[in-house]
Amino acid sequence: MSNIALKVNGRIHALDVDASTPLLYILRNDLSLQGPRFGCGLGQCGACTVIVNGAAIRSCVTPVSAVKSEITTLEGLAKDGKLHPLQQAWIDEQVPQCGFCQNGQIMTAKALLDKNPHPNDAQSREGMNRTLCRCMTYYRVQAAIKRGAKMIADTHAAAEKEVVA
Amino acid sequence: MTTFTNIPKHVEEELEKWTLTPSRRNFLKSAGLLVVSFSAAGTGSLVTPVNAQTPAGSQGAGAYHDPDFHQLDSWIVIHEDNTATFYVGKTDCGQGTGTSFRQLMSDELDMAYDKTTCIMGSTDITVDQGGSGGSTAMERDAWPMRRAAAEARRVLLEMGSARLGVPVDQLAVNAGVIAAKADPSKSVTYGQLVGGKRFNVTLTGNNVNAATGMAKVKPVGEYKIVGQSPQRYDIPAKVDGSLKWAVDVKLPGMVHARNVKPPVAGAKVIGIDESSVRGLPGFVKVVSKGNYVAVVCEREEQAIKGAKQLKVNWEKPATAPFPSSEELFQYMRGATPTSSSKPIVVGNPDTAFTSAATVIEADYDIPFQGHTAISPAHAMADPSNGQMTIYSNDMKSYGMRRGVATFLGMPQDQVRVVWMEGPQGFGRTAADDAGCEAAYIAKEIGRPVRVQWMRDEETAWDTKAPAFAVKVRGGLDAAGNLVAYDYNARAADYNHLGYNEPDTVLIAQLMGVRRSTPAAGSAATPSDMYAIPHRRMSSQVVGLPLLWETPVRTGNLRDPNGPQSTFASESFIDELAAAAKADPLEFRMKMLKAGTDDDGAFRRARSIAVLKTVAETYDWDYRPSPKPRGSGDILTGRGVAYAFRNQTVVAEIVEVEVNRRTGHVWVKRLVCAHDCGLIVNPEALRHTVECAMLHSVSRTLHEEVQFNTEKVTSTDWNSYPTLTHADTPERIDVVLVNGDPNPKRSDLAPYGAGETACKPLLAAIANAIYDATGVRLRRVPFRPARVLAALETARV
Repeated sequence: MSNIALKVNGRIHALDVDASTPLLYILRNDLSLQGPRFGCGLGQCGACTVIVNGAAIRSCVTPVSAVKSEITTLEGLAKDGKLHPLQQAWIDEQVPQCGFCQNGQIMTAKALLDKNPHPNDAQSREGMNRTLCRCMTYYRVQAAIKRGAKMIADTHAAAEKEVVA
Repeated sequence: MTTFTNIPKHVEEELEKWTLTPSRRNFLKSAGLLVVSFSAAGTGSLVTPVNAQTPAGSQGAGAYHDPDFHQLDSWIVIHEDNTATFYVGKTDCGQGTGTSFRQLMSDELDMAYDKTTCIMGSTDITVDQGGSGGSTAMERDAWPMRRAAAEARRVLLEMGSARLGVPVDQLAVNAGVIAAKADPSKSVTYGQLVGGKRFNVTLTGNNVNAATGMAKVKPVGEYKIVGQSPQRYDIPAKVDGSLKWAVDVKLPGMVHARNVKPPVAGAKVIGIDESSVRGLPGFVKVVSKGNYVAVVCEREEQAIKGAKQLKVNWEKPATAPFPSSEELFQYMRGATPTSSSKPIVVGNPDTAFTSAATVIEADYDIPFQGHTAISPAHAMADPSNGQMTIYSNDMKSYGMRRGVATFLGMPQDQVRVVWMEGPQGFGRTAADDAGCEAAYIAKEIGRPVRVQWMRDEETAWDTKAPAFAVKVRGGLDAAGNLVAYDYNARAADYNHLGYNEPDTVLIAQLMGVRRSTPAAGSAATPSDMYAIPHRRMSSQVVGLPLLWETPVRTGNLRDPNGPQSTFASESFIDELAAAAKADPLEFRMKMLKAGTDDDGAFRRARSIAVLKTVAETYDWDYRPSPKPRGSGDILTGRGVAYAFRNQTVVAEIVEVEVNRRTGHVWVKRLVCAHDCGLIVNPEALRHTVECAMLHSVSRTLHEEVQFNTEKVTSTDWNSYPTLTHADTPERIDVVLVNGDPNPKRSDLAPYGAGETACKPLLAAIANAIYDATGVRLRRVPFRPARVLAALETARV
């Protein structure tokens, strides 16, 4: 067992766990952050995705000891009780069917838009391609990414306008 | 954060206590605390949870009685704040049926939609409506809900009349407020009349589907909420991470179990070396009986490690359990059938074939395909107080309760299943198996236990849709009319698994339980859609050599045999149209079956409507297929197919791009004209249809369970590929054509919408590829290598 400090969604947690434990189980079972979910344990489906250093990573194949920066989970996207624009876009487009994979869809999309705020269709499909949905909500996920990107851009534009005023 | 979920409030409150636990140390420390029991003894506790203090991790003592569907209180509770909770014995597989139930019941009750909530599928507090299955949510199971809500409104009006001293016919109801028509200031709310109290009204009816009060349901024309598209209530908690899923349930003292599956199908346990795992941190126990083996540890990752590390001495079977997937269809065609259906014969097909001007024949092969849920199967079982609670996403929670009780030899009233959301489930999934496994281990070790399958187990061992080998022959007369037709299907479906059967769940099989007569299985013939004067349809079921303890086991998967049989029948209709040099859509329209009975005529009128609509929406260019071949690397084409399921009628057009250099097929555009009668929530319906079509795109282009002569080799998302973002269509149009062509029929009924859209799509894709390339693909899936080989053979 090792003493490990993890910063997740702005809070620091001290843990005494086996350093090789995949991050996913620490988040779900020790920190009760159950947005990330077990889908394959192989890094293939994306259901376990969290964001570290701006990158969407697969927490099911990431040893907890390998994580040195702050982790953002699905639960950490909302700020001050207000949903992240992408989460709102997901509701507006009514994206989920069962919804089990949607953690991966939303977190991967967030990392994608953080790097490229206006992806074209090909970039958006490519960026999301390894994030699987068995209900096949892909068409709506793509629509929600477009909507979310616009909402984020509009928010930025409004904020800039305020600064100028 | 949204805290609202559709699991019972008393269960949610209980789970909240533990899911907020910040660390394992606290988690363990908290195990000594007292918690509020979440026992719910009968419907009396719907309004107020029992507040008895019991030791941590315990469920309350006492029997779990079946909620009585004859009691109005089992269906509807009105609260003092003039809100209502609906309790329905249904589960949701991701189509948002709970929202639609709320719409129907709110409308009948005359309450605002946002003042109601819906709780689904937990066996001790909702009546047994069987959970989900067969796309019956709106078609069948919403009827008793509608009638119960109508009865509640009637009773409330009577109460209001007594309270206000105004006759019922002089009262109006709006949003849960009853007021005198003449003097609206004279009013009383539902909450004031019955809030927090029981109705104590008995319904009649011999079974739950027939449950009714004295009130009649409203004519469809009077519905205000039905037909609107309120957003699905389950979605916010699914996107902000607050929903508690079955996979999230934690209770104090809970441990984790992982199965150790036979490495080769049919292998027997000779010995288990427990010392190989005894020293592992957190090790609790190896649980085994017969060929069922599981490792239990305190922590999840420990159980995963333990199951991998446990040394088990397995003995391989003497003979191969099955042919390889490459040899499957040859095997199926040569096997002696386990059963044969009585052929459906109209006219004299043999004579008609001899006089036909043109006879063509084709074989179609559809492999085993899997549910392969995005979350592997799981369940949590709590054995405290000598009872058993299973937290599960199984779509048939009531069946699981009965199955687990029988499997464990417990009285049924000591077992309950709390249904919670889970991954997509379109039929008999391994969630059934996981439920019995969790319950068995929990009983063995006396602690709450969470079982979850790993990805390789889910993909390899989950139940599969049966493989089909189909042969079809057709005869055209000199004018190109289809005059003779002979369809024969063979399905590898012997020992087809039912739902939650205590003697066929995988753990029972592995423990050596054998049912004396395996289920016969079935091989569907296509729907009788076309008026063909001389036709024969027949089918046989065959079995694979290994019948029990096999990963290649079959069960229902979304319209269980429809996609397979319709792939063959609707592909072949296109082949006939091409032989007749006719436009494939016109060829179909010409043959639409003119039923003389009311049902047949009703369906025919609506079939014509969906086919015309799909053609108009796509802007169909009437001409024979294939089209003159293009010269570039990308060839484009379009294909149509049509199907019905009961009274739901669907026509679909697919546009594809085929890369002649790589064999890659992209379904670029999908159009669906869909008629399922009364629509409750148009947006939710559209989404369901979209995803049903994409599910079939995935099955057509990618999905095949592969195996060698020892084991299933499809074990993950690389070896069992599915549709991905990259190949999502550019455009999907779902046109809801719903309408009743017969003005004399008083009310349009709702028909099932969860499955029909899956049926025609496989053929529509094959037909579009033929249109683009002139090459007919008759073996699913159309992965690039297979397509490329076919194109090369045809020198495309």
